[in-house]
Parts: sequence; structure tokens; C-alpha cells
Amino acid sequence: MRSLNNPIIWYLMRGSGVVTLILFTGVVVLGIATTRRFRTARLPRFVTLGLHRSVSLLAMVFLGIHIATALADSYAKVSLAQALLPLPSAKYGLWLGMGALSLDLLAAVIVTSLLRHRMSQRVWKSVHWLAYASWPLAFAHSVGIGTDKAAGWFLDTGVACAGLIAVTLVWRLLALRNPYPKYLGAAS
Amino acid sequence: MSARVLAPIDTPLPRRRRAELLAEIEASGLTGRGGAAFPTAVKLAAVARTRNAVVVANGTEGEPASWKDKVLLAENPHLVVDGAMVAARIVGARRLIFAVGRENRTVRKRLERALAQRSDGFDCFVEAVPDRFVAGEESALVNLLNGGPAKPTMQKPYQRGVLVQNVETLANLGLIARYGAEWFRERGTADEPGTVLVTVLGAVRSPGVAEVELGTPMREVLQRFGGLSALPNAVLVGGYFGTWMRAHDALDLPLADAALKPFGASLGARSIVVLPQDACGLAESARVARYLAEESAGQCGPCVFGLAAMADALETLDVDRLRRLAPQVSGRGACAHPNGATRFVASAVEVFADEIARHHAGRCTGSACSPVLPLGASREWR
Amino acid sequence: MEMSMKLRVNPILCDGYGHCAELLPELVELDEWGYPIMPREPVSRSLEPAARHAVKMCPRLALSLEKRAR
Repeated sequence: MRSLNNPIIWYLMRGSGVVTLILFTGVVVLGIATTRRFRTARLPRFVTLGLHRSVSLLAMVFLGIHIATALADSYAKVSLAQALLPLPSAKYGLWLGMGALSLDLLAAVIVTSLLRHRMSQRVWKSVHWLAYASWPLAFAHSVGIGTDKAAGWFLDTGVACAGLIAVTLVWRLLALRNPYPKYLGAAS
Repeated sequence: MSARVLAPIDTPLPRRRRAELLAEIEASGLTGRGGAAFPTAVKLAAVARTRNAVVVANGTEGEPASWKDKVLLAENPHLVVDGAMVAARIVGARRLIFAVGRENRTVRKRLERALAQRSDGFDCFVEAVPDRFVAGEESALVNLLNGGPAKPTMQKPYQRGVLVQNVETLANLGLIARYGAEWFRERGTADEPGTVLVTVLGAVRSPGVAEVELGTPMREVLQRFGGLSALPNAVLVGGYFGTWMRAHDALDLPLADAALKPFGASLGARSIVVLPQDACGLAESARVARYLAEESAGQCGPCVFGLAAMADALETLDVDRLRRLAPQVSGRGACAHPNGATRFVASAVEVFADEIARHHAGRCTGSACSPVLPLGASREWR
Repeated sequence: MEMSMKLRVNPILCDGYGHCAELLPELVELDEWGYPIMPREPVSRSLEPAARHAVKMCPRLALSLEKRAR
């Protein structure tokens, strides 16, 4: 791939990265809202699930732009292998690899979700839980990679995303107090 | 009446051809003795069409008010093994699995001893199953044998080449193979031929198990158990998925599904519990309803929540709530558990209607201290 | 022989998400515990696409449409 020296590519890479993180934060929140069977008069449950799916696909588009621009940018110096596999790098240490690993886990989640009909509930669910590992890796990647570390707006965005995830996780854990019948008494 | 399935065997099992055996069983009109009364020949034919068939002899008997399978296995295990082998020959199976409840060591030991004495060329195994109410359900049993919990699944075993047959049905197969369909039909009625093992508990002098001819009047059946030991209040026919009947309705009926049907009852697990007048039918039913709720496999929402709600409503005698619950519960699970429980509770409310009125007025006719209906105690699923 | 479509639920897979009742309110109601009650009558031609959509969107893939000979 020819390296491009245009600063627009650099800004596009960083911008699409931030948008991806924000969108995936939304996806996680929507996923947990789905499992908590959240509903209001204006937001039926199937809409929550529909949004969870659509926003994740939209996030993939931005993730695609983020990766493509990173590969194209001459200053970033990211190889294809480094983008797809969790490899340490001289320039970025482990932070780039975290992003790659996050991508790998995400790919597994997305592919199994698209092919849901062909597998058992147990298999689909186990892979889907990898999302709980994928998001923190994406977060660590965006914070640790250092391209916008100092910028105030980025820190604010990061804190907001992390805060939202934390609150949502607590909400998720509260469900264990009032379990659905699969978990009631008859433990197998 | 001379015993049949409980009689000691006096002739060896003849080697007959598959097609011949199947025709004989069809002519006999034998139906399952496990509670569902499904035509045995139909089931055998369905499994015979599959490859790598397996025969499972179901002696688990998770119903606490029924002991007949345990008695049969303890007293006449060889006849059950014969029947299993006849079934195996018909469906083309090489593996025979004998499923028995875990708690009763005697049954297991006698069965293992009988199997050790045979070398008929089949692979035989004994599987000790948790003593849960639903563990004997066909798909639950197969689930357990496949390494899962003893909980029902959506697949029917005979669709996957597994023949699950109650041990009493198999014992009858062993007899039909020897003596033929006509001999089998000499007893019983035209629509319900043969003999059945019945468990009788409650207000009789010698509770236990006996073999009776289908169509025998109930009073005569009770005589086999020493007759009534107290004035009867009501009779529970068919076990805990069965139906309560008023004593004066039940005692003059012949023991046959055709006679029981107008009362909404059926033989089911062939357990008859006579409730004495000094026992409270509502208290007994509430205990059983709670037991049935706890015995839910916990896989289907309407069953888990519905049965718990029915047990609550029966304890508080909220008849309206029970009426509203019934259609929300029955038929909405993966197996017959919610259906049977609903039927049991509905019959209690109907038969003990007078008692409900008394309870609401603060009185109760029951004065007996110890409960009449037995319950199971196991909490295991594997 | 006329074929009719029947909406069925696998009660073991069903976990009471209730999306079917939202997507197909003409046919599916929820019981007091949040589990769907399947309609007795077959699915009419006009509701078939909506029923297929509900089957596809069930989070547990517990719904199915079965062809039955009438």
C-alpha cells in the first residue's frame, strides 16, 4: 500500500478512531439494555436490540476507515500484520496490539452473530461474551496509543465512555439479584 | 387371579423372527405401562426404522406414590430383561440400558445380579438415575444418558433411534413373546387388554403393589390390599399427575380408562391413594402442588412461575386465581409436567369444594397428624 | 390440501424477552410473567411477513413458523 503523506489522512485516522470508541460504547450499553429487557413507552425492546445491531455495524464502518487510514498514513507506519494481530511494536509498544486484539475479538463476535442460525445458543453466547474483553482493549488502545493523550477533549470523551460503561456494568450485575428462570434453583 | 408379570418364569425365551414378534405385539394391543399408554407396536415400528437403535428400559419411577416398577424389578428382573431383549431384537439394537432410581439399592443389586447371569449377546448397562419427578420422562432420561442433566428436551427419543419403554411394558413383551397375543388378551377388556401393576396407598390395610386385570371393579382391587382401613373421603387416581375423585364415584368403577374418562380421570401411573375422612384433602394437595413446583426442571417460564403460583394459590385457597392460572400454565412447557400439575390442582379444587368453604369459615374436617401422600427428597439433576 | 402457518415457540429456549409480542401484537400476548402466549389460530396471509420478521428477530431464536396441512 502506498504511504500517503497528507495530514488529512492522519486526522481522519484519529477522528474515526474516537467515533468508533464512542459508537462501541453505545453498542455495549444497548446490548446490556437488551439483556435487562429495558423498555419505556417510546422505546420498545425490539428497538433496543435493533439499535444494538445497527450501531455495531455502523461502528464497523468507522473502524474500517480507522484501520485503512492507519495503514495508508506514512507517519503512522502501521503494517497490515500489526493492524490485524496483537503484535508488539517499536513505535507503539503494546498499545497498537491491544487495538488489533480488540478487533480480532470483535470480528469473532460479529461473524458468529451474523451466522447465529447455524450454531447453538451456548456457542453463540460464549463468543459474544468476548465483547466484554474487546471494549476494554479498545479503550486501552485509544488512551495508551498516545496520539491524543494530552488533548482535553479526548480525555473528557474517554472519561465519559468509561463512566458510562461502569454504570451500565453495575446495572447489568444488579440483574443477578432477580434472575430469570434459567438460573432459578434448578442449577444444572 | 394368577400373576403374570409377577409370576416366576417357567419357560425359556423363544427365538422368534422380528416381523413375527412385531405382528404379535400389534395384535395384543399392548400399550405403555409408564403412564402415557402409547401403543407399544407403533413405537417399536418407529424405532425399528432407524439405524443404531438403543433400548432403554425405564424403571426410574420418579412418582413417589408409585412403587410398581421397583417391585417388578426386584421380584422378576429376568422377565424385564427378556422383554428388553425382545424389543432389542425387533428394533435391531445391540445396547440395552436399564435405568433405575438411585436411592433404591435393592432394586439395583437384584437387577445387576440378573444381568450378570445372562450372556445373550447384548451389551447391557445399568444406569442409576437421580430420584426426581421428571427424571423418568423419556427425553429427560435420554438427556441424562447422553451426559446432560435429567431434564426434558424438545427432541423425542424414538425420532433418534432410542426406544424408551417402561419396565412393566417390557415384562409384558417378554410374556407375549412366549405365549402370544391371544393369551395376552384373555385378561382385561377388549379395548384395554392385559393386566396391570397397581400401587395402592392410604386408607387400606396392606398398602403395596399387586397385579390386577384391567376392568376389575375398584372395590375388588382394594380387597387385594386388605380392604379399606377407614372411611374414605376421596381417591387420587393416577398419581400426582392424576385426578382426585369422590370416594362414592370412584369405588364402584371398574379399573379402566374408559370408565374413568367421564370423570376426567385416567389410570396414568396406576397409583391409587385412598384418602381417609380424617385427612384434609386440601392440605395434602397443597403439599403435593408445592412438591410439583419444586420438581420443575426450571427450563420453561410458564412452568417455573406457574406451578409456584398455583402452589401459593392452593395454600391460600384463592380459587379465582387458580382458575385464571390454569390456561396460562397447562400446555406451555416442553413436557407434560405443567399439564399434569394443573390437572391435579384443578381436580382438588373441584372434589374438595365443600372443604374449601369450610376452610374459609375457619374450620377443617381433617384431624390426622401424619400426611398420607408421600413426597420425594432428592435435589440432584445429574 | 390447504396449508396453514402456525406460530410456535420453543419454551426451553424462550427466555421471556417479549420482542415477539411487540412485533406481532395482533397474535402474541405476554402472560403475567412475560412469556409469550402463542395464538391458537394459524397466521393469516397478511400477517405472514410480520410473523417471519418476529421469528428472525427473536433474541433466543425460539420462535418458528410451521406449515401444517389443514
